[in-house]
Amino acid sequence: MAEKMELKEVEVWDGNMAYAQAMRQAQIDVVAAYPITPSTPTVQNYSKFLADGYVDGEFVMVESEHGAMSGCIGAAAAGGRVATATSSQGYALMMETLYQASGMRLPIVLGVVNRAIAAPLNVNGDHSDMYMGRDSGWIHVATYNPQEAYDMILCAFKIGEHMDVRLPVQVHQDGFISSHTAQNVRPLQDEDAYDFVGEYQEKNAMLDFTKPVTYGAQTEEDWHFEHKAKQQKALMDSRPVIDEVFEEFEKRTGRKYNRVETYMMDDADIAIVALGTTVESARAAAQIMREEKGIKVGVVSPRVFRPFPYEKMQEALANVKAVATMDRSAPGGTVGMLFNELSGALINTDKRPVLTNYIYGLGGRDMTIENLKTIIEETNANAEAGKLTVPTQQFSGLRGPKLSFF
Amino acid sequence: MSKTIKNLKQFSTANERFEGAHLLCPGCAHSMIVRELMNCTEDNLVLSTNTGCLEVSTAVYPYTSWDSSWIHIGFENAATAVAGAEAMYNAKKRKGTLPNPDAPVKFVAFGGDGSTYDIGFQWLSGAVERGHDFTYICLDNEVYANTGGQRSSSTPIGASTTTSPAGRVSYGEKKMKKDIVGIMGAHGAPYVAQVAPNKWKDMVKKLQKSLETEGPCFINAMSACTTEWKFDPKDTISVSDVAVDSLVFPLYEIIDGKELNITYRPKNILPVRDYLGIQGRFKHLFKPENQHVIEQWQKDVDARWEYLQRREEARV
Repeated sequence: MAEKMELKEVEVWDGNMAYAQAMRQAQIDVVAAYPITPSTPTVQNYSKFLADGYVDGEFVMVESEHGAMSGCIGAAAAGGRVATATSSQGYALMMETLYQASGMRLPIVLGVVNRAIAAPLNVNGDHSDMYMGRDSGWIHVATYNPQEAYDMILCAFKIGEHMDVRLPVQVHQDGFISSHTAQNVRPLQDEDAYDFVGEYQEKNAMLDFTKPVTYGAQTEEDWHFEHKAKQQKALMDSRPVIDEVFEEFEKRTGRKYNRVETYMMDDADIAIVALGTTVESARAAAQIMREEKGIKVGVVSPRVFRPFPYEKMQEALANVKAVATMDRSAPGGTVGMLFNELSGALINTDKRPVLTNYIYGLGGRDMTIENLKTIIEETNANAEAGKLTVPTQQFSGLRGPKLSFF
Repeated sequence: MSKTIKNLKQFSTANERFEGAHLLCPGCAHSMIVRELMNCTEDNLVLSTNTGCLEVSTAVYPYTSWDSSWIHIGFENAATAVAGAEAMYNAKKRKGTLPNPDAPVKFVAFGGDGSTYDIGFQWLSGAVERGHDFTYICLDNEVYANTGGQRSSSTPIGASTTTSPAGRVSYGEKKMKKDIVGIMGAHGAPYVAQVAPNKWKDMVKKLQKSLETEGPCFINAMSACTTEWKFDPKDTISVSDVAVDSLVFPLYEIIDGKELNITYRPKNILPVRDYLGIQGRFKHLFKPENQHVIEQWQKDVDARWEYLQRREEARV
């Protein structure tokens, strides 16, 4: 049996330590991993726990991120709890296997520390990796700080392994701003955390020799569509389970999570929609702008952005006149993902707020309160005019001449 | 535990764990090798297969030929898939959570030469270096047969493939095949061997040895391909006989990366020309302007045989 670790009521952990501690407490059977900045410390911390007797599962240090997820898939299909962590280029290298993990309905947990994608090479935080994998059939959960990173890894096991779900889950946190910034974290004690996550429940385990199972069969035009439709159904059906898990987590910890997080939205005329650490900055900016300028601004964030909380986003934004969507990923010749998702969600609503898109923070460029104040002012002007007063898409925090193409 | 296989009847017993009703070509040697791997042990098997002929022919939903635990992920990662399963077995054994704790189990990965020599080499090398207890079997037909006969780094010199076709100014593939057995031996794996299904006693012995040996073992199995080598489906075994008797496919094993044993010495060594002459893929080599390729072939095979004999003597 693994040693128990005595934890203080409040620990000072960065986001990587938060990931590693939650992974340790879940008593994972197999971690297959490969280092990459900025998620490397997750793997290092975990291997130190192993070296000190706090982990009794297997830790397989493979030769690439593709190998890491391949090993996780083999291990999960064998029948047990599995997790790993990665970032950026490693995430990109894993991409093929991300689809394979979800297609085989294996409840693997992947702690992602978000980072830009080369070229040019850049080790800092943006959401390019997260956006690249958003349609890979995983449940995706966004976090804003180490506490949330810790909490959501624990919830991820419980959601993904739930017998009504059986899907892999990715938890995201911003590179460096969350992953390397030590902050107060209130952990659960080991027994409490494991009690919450629960024992792993086997389903179609390759190690159950009484019932041989074939994983990764081929399906062509006769069956492939039905399989992908079933996968979509499983993703959509995970929504009530996610809500249940969040409720149970609140009962245990007092910390309340929602598939869509709202901040000062009760009387809001306008809203900022963002992911990751920017949500916290936007909340601070919203508070300032309410005090300084009397602008009724709130912040909305899809905590779980796959399955996309379509109706919940509609509800959250039902009464606003203008929305600024903020995408921290190069849009690749179109508008940002959040702009697109929100356009889809809001086009058939009664009020159809004016929608704008801000591309920001690429390669770790800071999103400052000043930038956010400008965005709030522009969004407020859109709300007052009832139409666009600025281009649909702008680049916030970019040096040089202003860019806009839509 | 290994089964006793002393005669052809025992060898050719249909194995209940690998259905005969698969989609492999008539005359394909893959099924002989796979069936025998599954036939030669009584232990439970956890199997993985890279994308390729074997995979697409044995697990087309809603059917499966496998009555053992089997997984296919991608083209390159069968070694890592089974390594992950082996890691899970070790973890659950330690924790006392195995569903069948007393059941003996062996972990085996299959790949073609494309997925072994080329696209999956990194995954194979990593899994062997880490020392997982598994056997990797390369079904070597010297070509990407599943995708229509493109050259791989196992394709031998002079072979006409769909991406190294013989033509007015080309005699086909320009390079000799990669020495995968030597490379895997250099990993220091406890057991590495080359087998051919026509020499079935030798093959069964080596398969059993690889399963019984703790640690990562590698088997390169010659798998004559009726479709891409271009011979009559009924001739798989006779073509394979000429392959080993001409020393194009010498049969040997390497223990702990050091001790090399030649396990079959032909009484009458046939000329390489005889091997090339019975396959359509080498037909163009018999034109006068390509004679030099046949001469090169013979020189390479002779040099390789000399090398293997010296390695065997040296015991280093």
